[in-house]
Amino acid sequence: MVNVAARTVTVERPRISRQTRRNLEGWLFASPWIIGFILFTVGPMLASAVMAFMKWDLLSAPTFVGLDNFKQALWGDPLVLQALKVTTLYAVVSVPLNIVLGLGLALLLNSGVRGLRFYRTAYFLPSVLSGVAVALLWRWVFENQFGLANTLLTSIGLRGPNWLGDGDWALPALILMNVWAVGGGMIIYLAGLQGIPTELYEAAEVDGASWWQRLWKITLPLVTPALFFQLVIGVIQALQVFTQPYVMTGGGPYNSTLFYVLYLYQNAFKYFQMGYASALAWILFAYILVLTLMIFRSGDSWVHYEGQSRKGE
Amino acid sequence: MVVVERPVSVSRVEPRLNGQQVRRSLAAGAIHGSLIAGLVLIFLPIAWAVSTSLKNPGDIFLFPPTWIPDPIRWQNYVDAMTKADFGRYFLNTTFITVVDIVAKVMSCSLVAFSFARLRWWGRDVLFMVMLSTLMLPQQVTLIPQFIIYRQFGWIDTFMPLIVPNLFGGPFFTFLLRQFFLSIPTDLDDAARIDGCSSWGVYWRIILPLSRPALMMVAIYVFNITWNDFFGPLIYLHNRNNYTISLGLQAFQTQSGPEWHLIMAASLVAMLPVLVLFFFGQRYFIQGVVFSGVKG
Repeated sequence: MVNVAARTVTVERPRISRQTRRNLEGWLFASPWIIGFILFTVGPMLASAVMAFMKWDLLSAPTFVGLDNFKQALWGDPLVLQALKVTTLYAVVSVPLNIVLGLGLALLLNSGVRGLRFYRTAYFLPSVLSGVAVALLWRWVFENQFGLANTLLTSIGLRGPNWLGDGDWALPALILMNVWAVGGGMIIYLAGLQGIPTELYEAAEVDGASWWQRLWKITLPLVTPALFFQLVIGVIQALQVFTQPYVMTGGGPYNSTLFYVLYLYQNAFKYFQMGYASALAWILFAYILVLTLMIFRSGDSWVHYEGQSRKGE
Repeated sequence: MVVVERPVSVSRVEPRLNGQQVRRSLAAGAIHGSLIAGLVLIFLPIAWAVSTSLKNPGDIFLFPPTWIPDPIRWQNYVDAMTKADFGRYFLNTTFITVVDIVAKVMSCSLVAFSFARLRWWGRDVLFMVMLSTLMLPQQVTLIPQFIIYRQFGWIDTFMPLIVPNLFGGPFFTFLLRQFFLSIPTDLDDAARIDGCSSWGVYWRIILPLSRPALMMVAIYVFNITWNDFFGPLIYLHNRNNYTISLGLQAFQTQSGPEWHLIMAASLVAMLPVLVLFFFGQRYFIQGVVFSGVKG
C-alpha cells in the first residue's frame, strides 16, 4: 500500500508540471492572437461602447450624452434610415441573385461538359479582382454616353439610363456590377457538387427518378450547407460595402447609394463625430447579429447536413 | 438500358441511339453556347477597359465606339504612370503587402499550431471566442483604434496597416488550423520522441508539410492588402505615403474624364493580381473551396 502510494506520488509530480508546461506552451504559441485580441478587439470594443454614449469631435473634451446618439440615429436622422434601406435592399437582391446564378453556373459546369477547367478558371477570374481599380473600370462601363453598358443597349435599339447619375439606377448598377464576382460562389458549389457520391444518382435512376427529381431531391439538399455558408458570408459582406459607392457615386445621386458604412465613415472622418459614429457601428453590429440569427434560424428548416436526418422526417 | 437492349434487336435500337446522341449533343451545344455567352459578357468590361486604355484621347468619345484602337497608343500607359507618382505608390503598396504577408503567415500559423496541436487549458473556449470575432464588423473597433494610433503618432505612417497583422487573425488562423488537423499526429509524436520541442515540431514538421496552405494564405493576404482601400484612406494622408488604391482614387478626382489614362492606371494596378492568378490559380481555388465547404 505504502509503496503504491509513494509510487503514484513520484509519478504524478512530473505529470503535473508537464501539464503546466503544456499550458504555458499553448498560451505562448497562441499569445500573438491573445495579445492582439485584447489590444485590438476587446479594448477598442469597450472604448467604442463607452464612446457611443459620448459626444466627441476629437478637438474638445468628450461629454457624456446618454442615449442621445442612439435616439438621434434611430429616430432623428433620416440618413441613417436611408443608409439602412439602401444597404438592406442591396443585400436582399444582390446576395440571392449571386447565389442563384453561381449555383446555376456550377450545375452547368457539373453536367459533364468538356473544357470544365477552362470555364472554371475564366468564370472565377473576375471574383479575385477587387478594389478601386475594379470600381473605376465599372464607373467607365456605366458612363452615361460613351460607357459600355449604354453602347451595348443602343446597339440593340434600347436607350439605357444614366446609370450612376440616376437615383433609380445607381443601386441596380452596383448590384449588376457585383454579379461579375459570381465565380467565387460557383467554385464553392462546384466543389460541393463534385463531392456528391454518384451511387446516389445511380440508385435514383434505378428507382425511375426524373432529372428534375434528382436535382430537387439529391443535388440541392446536398449543396444546402454550401449555400447556407454563402448566404451568411454574403449578407455580412453586403452590409459592409464601402469602396464601390465611395469611388463610383460618393453615395449619390440623392443618397440613393448611401451605404451604411459609407455614412458611418463620413460621420467619423468627415464630420469628426466620433461618438455618433461609434453608436452607428454598434447599430450595424446589432443589425448583422439579428440578420445572421434569422438566417441561422431559417437554416434549421432548409439546410441538410449529412448523417443527420431533417426535422419531421 | 441501351446496352441491355442492343443484342435483342439491333435494328430497332440503332435509330433510338442516334436520337439520343443527337439530343445529347444538342444539350451539350446549348450548354457550351450559354457558357460562352456568359464568358463574353464577363470579359467585355475588361476588353473595353483595355481598348480604352490604348486609344487616342479624342477617340474615346466617338459613337459608335471602336473596339480596336487605331492607332494603338501605348504612350497612355507612360502618361498615366508619370502624371501621378505611381512608381512611388507601387513601392509603398509593395512594401506594405510584403511585410503584411510575412507577418500574417507567421503569426497565424503559430496560433493555428497552438489550437491544432497543443493541449492547453482554455484552448477550446478561446477558439470559439476567436471564431465569434469573425462576426464583428471592423467598424466597431475602428474609431478607438484610430484614436490609439493617433496617440502613438502613427497617422500617416504604415504602422496602422502593418502592426495588427503581427497578431494573427481569426480567418486565416482558422483556415490553417483546419489544414494542420489533417496532418497525422504520428509525425509529431515521432519528432517528440527524437527530442523535438514544440517549436521544433512547428518549425520542422508542420510548416514544411503545410506549404500549400501557407501559399494559399500568402496569396490571399496579398490580394486583400494590395487592394485595400478603407485602411489606407483612413490612415494615410500625405501623397508620398499613398498606396495604389489611394493614388487611383486621387487620380480620378483630379484628372476629369481622361478615361484612357484612368483605365491604363487601373489595369496596371490589377496586373500583379492577374499574374498571380495565372501562376497560383489552384491556391486561389483551394482557398475559396477550403473556407467555403469545410467552413
